[in-house]
Amino acid sequence: MSDQPKIPDLSAMPFETALKELESIVAKLERGEVGLEESISIYERGEALKSHCEVLLKKAELRIEKVIVGNDGKAKGVEPFVD
Amino acid sequence: MSDTSLTNAPEFSVSELSGAIKRTMEESFERVRVRGEISGYRGPHSSGHSYFALKDQNAKIDAIIWKGVFGRLKFKPEEGMEVIATGKITTFPGKSSYQIVIDQIEPAGVGALLAQLEERKRRLAAEGLFAPERKQLVPYLPEVIGVITSPTGAVIRDIIHRISDRFPRHILIWPVRVQGETCASEVANAIEGFNSLEPDGNIARPDVLIVARGGGSLEDLWGFNEEIVARAASMSEIPLVSAVGHETDTTLIDFVSDLRAPTPTGAAEFVVPVRSELLLGLGDLASRLANAALRLHQRRVIELRSVIRALPVAESLLSIPRQRLDLCAVKLPTALRAGVDKRRIALSNEIRRFHAQSPQMQLIRYRERLNSNNQRLHASFNAYIKQMKQINLNDFSRLKAVTERLKTTLSQYVHNEKVQLINTHSRLRAALSAIIVLKRQANLNNTLMLKTGYLRLQPTFTQVIERKKLQINNLWKMLNTLSHKQVLARGYAIIWDGEGQALRSAVKVLDGMKLSITFSDGDVKAVAGEGQTSSLPKKPVQISKPGQGNLF
Repeated sequence: MSDQPKIPDLSAMPFETALKELESIVAKLERGEVGLEESISIYERGEALKSHCEVLLKKAELRIEKVIVGNDGKAKGVEPFVD
Repeated sequence: MSDTSLTNAPEFSVSELSGAIKRTMEESFERVRVRGEISGYRGPHSSGHSYFALKDQNAKIDAIIWKGVFGRLKFKPEEGMEVIATGKITTFPGKSSYQIVIDQIEPAGVGALLAQLEERKRRLAAEGLFAPERKQLVPYLPEVIGVITSPTGAVIRDIIHRISDRFPRHILIWPVRVQGETCASEVANAIEGFNSLEPDGNIARPDVLIVARGGGSLEDLWGFNEEIVARAASMSEIPLVSAVGHETDTTLIDFVSDLRAPTPTGAAEFVVPVRSELLLGLGDLASRLANAALRLHQRRVIELRSVIRALPVAESLLSIPRQRLDLCAVKLPTALRAGVDKRRIALSNEIRRFHAQSPQMQLIRYRERLNSNNQRLHASFNAYIKQMKQINLNDFSRLKAVTERLKTTLSQYVHNEKVQLINTHSRLRAALSAIIVLKRQANLNNTLMLKTGYLRLQPTFTQVIERKKLQINNLWKMLNTLSHKQVLARGYAIIWDGEGQALRSAVKVLDGMKLSITFSDGDVKAVAGEGQTSSLPKKPVQISKPGQGNLF
């Protein structure tokens, strides 16, 4: 399954899912129960997952906004929140 | 006077009447709950008891809280407060008054609110709004966090602070009033507003919502107990974390939220993980991944090498078959001739064996065998004879020797036995004569003892006999003096009946009865009565029976 897309698109994958998959790949490789071809492909996927998680963790930017509520009670827009 | 005669109603004393009233009142209002406003309360009296009144627009009742009860009250009375008091009605006969002795007191407003809240909870629970299967999972690492709270105050600051500490994120605040009349509708609107945001719209749609408020009184938190808030929270498609009041405060929204945090900072902790820990964990995983892959690869390389080492060299595989081939190639040209020669030799051998089986040859062989057998027979017979001779000679000489030995042994044996017998005999004789001497001695002793015993016994024996004789004589004399014969000698006689029985009474003597009289000097036969003798003495007795009167 992981062979089909050469560059798997992980951008939509939530952090926790990626982390869990990475953990299972590491466990599998550590047990050494995989064939050569599979070990290479899952290693590659593990690398990709690791990078994806890193990307998600690096996007640690604090942005605080306040919703501007319109007369109809709906959100009209946002403005920077100043305490 | 005429009035008293008109009625026979019993006459009470004041005390009796007051007592009866007291009993009646206390029995009828054993324990009551009464709602009213506290009036005239000035704190506990110096005695520690509290005296005040409960009133409403039309009536008033005195109230007492005893010192002991007052200390235990969760809620202390305040002047003018609407309360629900629980207690006992008693009377005070000394003043003709009655009062309530309060043991529990609660604010009427709160009680009503709580009752309303309980009712709402029951209704929403019945609708299934609190069901565990309605709860959504809160995302592990949200991109955007929507916070519904007051934009001012400690709560939002605490949340922002905690989130930026753990994992800086995009925080979107929907400002609401967290207290007062409009609180509930604003909160409900905010929840709906966040949910109605498009996923890819101008305003980022949150991945998780936090509804937060700091601690406060029940009335302060009341907005979060309103049904519209609870319903909006339960309808929210975005997972919702509630953090209203302190940990001990539970509001209606807590029952419908997907996760209840004890405090606003607690909510921040539930919503984002700690980034540094995740980075650490990820780094660890990455190195484990690389190591595991490397080890796996190295293991394969080692396995491959060892397999290669075990693989034989191609040359060595071929060398043996090649050697065999060369050998065969050399042998091939000579092999044909050798084969023919081998067969020729075999043929000539066969011919020789065939000749050997001819009748003449067989005859010669049989003759040879016969001759040889004959010779062996002669030889063995001679040997046998010789052996036999030898044996006879040997046996005779051995027999002689044995006989000689037997003879000497026998005579020796006889001699020995004789000597032993003689010895035994002489010992036996000596023993016998010794025994005889001993016995004779013993006999002699016994005879002596017997004689002495006899000599000692004789005088004693004669004495005993003399004594016995004397005793017998004495006894004989005594017997004679006591005998009836002495009585007879004095002139008495004994009269016997025919049967030989002594007659002791005249009555027993019948007329004509045969009698026998014994005197000292002899017996006389006699007949009773007039001297008529009867040959059948019993008969006259039988006949005379009816005429017994005649006898008298």
